[in-house]
Amino acid sequence: MSTNDPQDKRDPQDERDDPFEAGETSTGSLDPAMTAASTTDEDGVVDAGQAENAIELREVEGLSQGQIVRRRFFRHTGAMAGLIVMILIALLAITSIGFNIGGFRIPGWWPHTAGALNDILNPRGGPTLRMPWDEGGFAIGEHPFGQDEIGRDIFARTMKGVQTSLIVMGVIGAVATVLGTLVGAFAGFFRGKTDNVLMRFTDLIITLPVIVIGAVLGKKLGSADPIPLALALGAIAWTGLARLVRGDFLSLREREFIDAARVAGASTSRIIFKHMLPNAIGVIIVSVTLLMSSAILLETALSYLGFGIQPPNVSLGQMINNYQGSFNTRPWLFWWPGLFIILIALCVNFIGDGLRDAFDPRQKKVPSARKMARADRRTARADARATA
Amino acid sequence: MLIFVIRRVLMGLALLLVSSFVMYMLVDFTIDPLSDLRTSTDPSAPLQMEQRTEMLNLNAPPWVRYFDWLGAFVTGDFGVAWRTGRSVSDLLGSAMISTLQLVSFATVAAIVLGVAVGIVSALRQYTTFDYLITFFAFLMFSLPSFWVAVLLKQWGAIGFNDFLADPVIAIPVIIGIAVVTGFVWQLAVGGDLKRRVIHAGLAALAVALVLLYMQLTDWWLRPRLDWVLLTVTSLGIALTVTTLSTGLRNRRSLYTALSCVALGLVLYYPVRYFLFSNAWLTPYMNYGVALLLGLVAIGVGALIGWLWRGPDWKQSARTGAISAFLIAFLIFLDKVMSYWGAYMAAPAIGGRPIQTIGDRAPNLGGNFWVQVLDQYTHLILPTLSLMLISFAGYTRFSRGSMLEVMNQDYIRTARAKGINERTVVMRHGFRNSLIPLASIIPVDVIGLIGGALITERIFSRPGMGQLFIANLNADDIAPVMAYLVIIAFLAILANIIADLLYAALDPRIRVNA
Repeated sequence: MSTNDPQDKRDPQDERDDPFEAGETSTGSLDPAMTAASTTDEDGVVDAGQAENAIELREVEGLSQGQIVRRRFFRHTGAMAGLIVMILIALLAITSIGFNIGGFRIPGWWPHTAGALNDILNPRGGPTLRMPWDEGGFAIGEHPFGQDEIGRDIFARTMKGVQTSLIVMGVIGAVATVLGTLVGAFAGFFRGKTDNVLMRFTDLIITLPVIVIGAVLGKKLGSADPIPLALALGAIAWTGLARLVRGDFLSLREREFIDAARVAGASTSRIIFKHMLPNAIGVIIVSVTLLMSSAILLETALSYLGFGIQPPNVSLGQMINNYQGSFNTRPWLFWWPGLFIILIALCVNFIGDGLRDAFDPRQKKVPSARKMARADRRTARADARATA
Repeated sequence: MLIFVIRRVLMGLALLLVSSFVMYMLVDFTIDPLSDLRTSTDPSAPLQMEQRTEMLNLNAPPWVRYFDWLGAFVTGDFGVAWRTGRSVSDLLGSAMISTLQLVSFATVAAIVLGVAVGIVSALRQYTTFDYLITFFAFLMFSLPSFWVAVLLKQWGAIGFNDFLADPVIAIPVIIGIAVVTGFVWQLAVGGDLKRRVIHAGLAALAVALVLLYMQLTDWWLRPRLDWVLLTVTSLGIALTVTTLSTGLRNRRSLYTALSCVALGLVLYYPVRYFLFSNAWLTPYMNYGVALLLGLVAIGVGALIGWLWRGPDWKQSARTGAISAFLIAFLIFLDKVMSYWGAYMAAPAIGGRPIQTIGDRAPNLGGNFWVQVLDQYTHLILPTLSLMLISFAGYTRFSRGSMLEVMNQDYIRTARAKGINERTVVMRHGFRNSLIPLASIIPVDVIGLIGGALITERIFSRPGMGQLFIANLNADDIAPVMAYLVIIAFLAILANIIADLLYAALDPRIRVNA
């Protein structure tokens, strides 16, 4: 396909002018601009553009690309909040009810399990969680999230559902990353016939909504074991990533350092995996993160429709499906699983947003309008004092 | 261009063919038409199994059955759902209308609202409003639609219906709503403190007055646009349309819009009480006639614009056409709303108008207006739950694309020429920011069709998604395949249209290269 095809013009946001100078080199080689800026400084005539440039350069002076990205990511408030909440949720889900690994059971600290029937404590199995402002003060109690109509502990079930969701998310993410990166990389690198075949194949999968193919696949593969379903969903979720990687590779392969590698005698696989892939890593990471948040919603939606995770295993979507009828009588059955789906998806989205900002060289942390105005006022006052 | 179109269409057809083959194999692999008999304890089960195998030709390899199915499909025979014995075309007919209605409404609503909010958000980049919108967009991305739909059922339907039993909004609540609206409005308007306070005050006052007026005139039980409301809303429409379309400085344009308002007010009574009366149009009304009337309104609006003359009569005509259409729509809406009382009292409704199940009330009867009302009370919640997610997508996308455009050199040039901000934003910025949207809309429509699967299920709308799920569960391949092929066809069509639109909008893309 020629590069004039309209499809190549898509997604202006994601079409970035190469995020990196060659990934391995640091950006320390920009000293001339620095000295230029400092000489103008001495003259006392500071050109605004140059000054801004100088500040920007001082910010990243002597740092490798990885360090810059990491620093930007750690400074991103939303992303850090998302990361911390996400880690806390994962820790809570894993340690509380324990987990099975290869037929081996590692117990958790929570006394109840997702499947066990308990005596119903509160009327209708209401939650025992008490907030500090309730009478009697804060208390967790025996069943903090309540119980369902046959006495199963909702906290344990929710935690089990979170585990399932995290597993599904991880597997879908891994499968989609591998497939999408490979397809996109080969299509973009080899172009021509390979590109045509691979991209037509991608189009084939894109013609149907993921949830529809997922339902068809889930009808066969949906079971208590989340792995087969997750593998199948991963096998259809990679299309967007492949398109982005292809676009990136198409522009990367025209760069000088690829020519240099080729002249130096590097093999095709070395060029693809050692020279080009590290340069496309930003696009891949960001797009995979966002893909994972939609993977969670996809799994829960399929489980809600009955084509996903089956009992005795628990999925958050399946819980909502089972309990939606009792919204009026037992609202806690509905609130908790929903809350955790939203929390996980929101965290992943925020992490993805932070990564996008961190990897995008055009993104600068711009102070808010109010802060700018305040700074202006301060300089004006200082000027006035100086002239007075 | 023609070659490009033909090539795309041929490629689309090939894609459809391959896709149908792959999907047939996949569906055939997943479903097992004999599953219920395998576990059956009925002594005649083996015999039934044999009969069913015979009937569905299950001993033949799947690709043979695929070609049988394909041969029938291309001649227009969609097959028979063997479990119920109904022909698939019968099943599809009404289901398709229901789904298309839902998806198209959700798409339009999401695009209009999403683009508007996204662009304001871009113009106020890095302000509180921008951060607020960004946060809500992320929140909406993370909301499972089935969860939202259950909440909407609970609060949107049951809550609102309970409210209608005794529609009184307490004064503190009105004040609260007004204050919140004013606050959000000033965030969106931006500017210095004085401007913000004035705008916040005006917005809050307007909302409070409208709510009070509705309360005092018992609007909730007898919704209508009387002279007062019609005048106010029409004037609002005229001013907004003129501001966005040409700017208030363009006097001819403004006068055109105001003439449309005057004409609308003059025609309101005769149209509403004579043209739309039982003696005249009501027995013949349908969506076709309504569309025709809308086109007439557009024509009249454009004519008024032309009559105001001037060198830029085209702009006036555009303003007039948009305003006239919207004002005509208001009159239409008023007629529909006039049946609200009768609708509420109907035994099929029983005073609970917002519906959560189905796509029309059974045994309702009534004329066109009642039917319209009924369809929309059924449509409102599913549309809301379906549009929320793509609304967030459009907000983010149009924000990004607007920022991209506003940082271009030609925007600086436009500003340097001394063009006022409205023209810069609306003519140079907004229009160009819409181009990339042409490529995102078809993708989004496919997503919405997928989302309709869930929405239809929760709201029990007898649409295509329901059909698909029910028949997938029933191991019935013919309706499932019909659904899949139609969806794939729509998706491919949408993609071709997007490419063409893109090529038409962006002259930098040469399609025949």
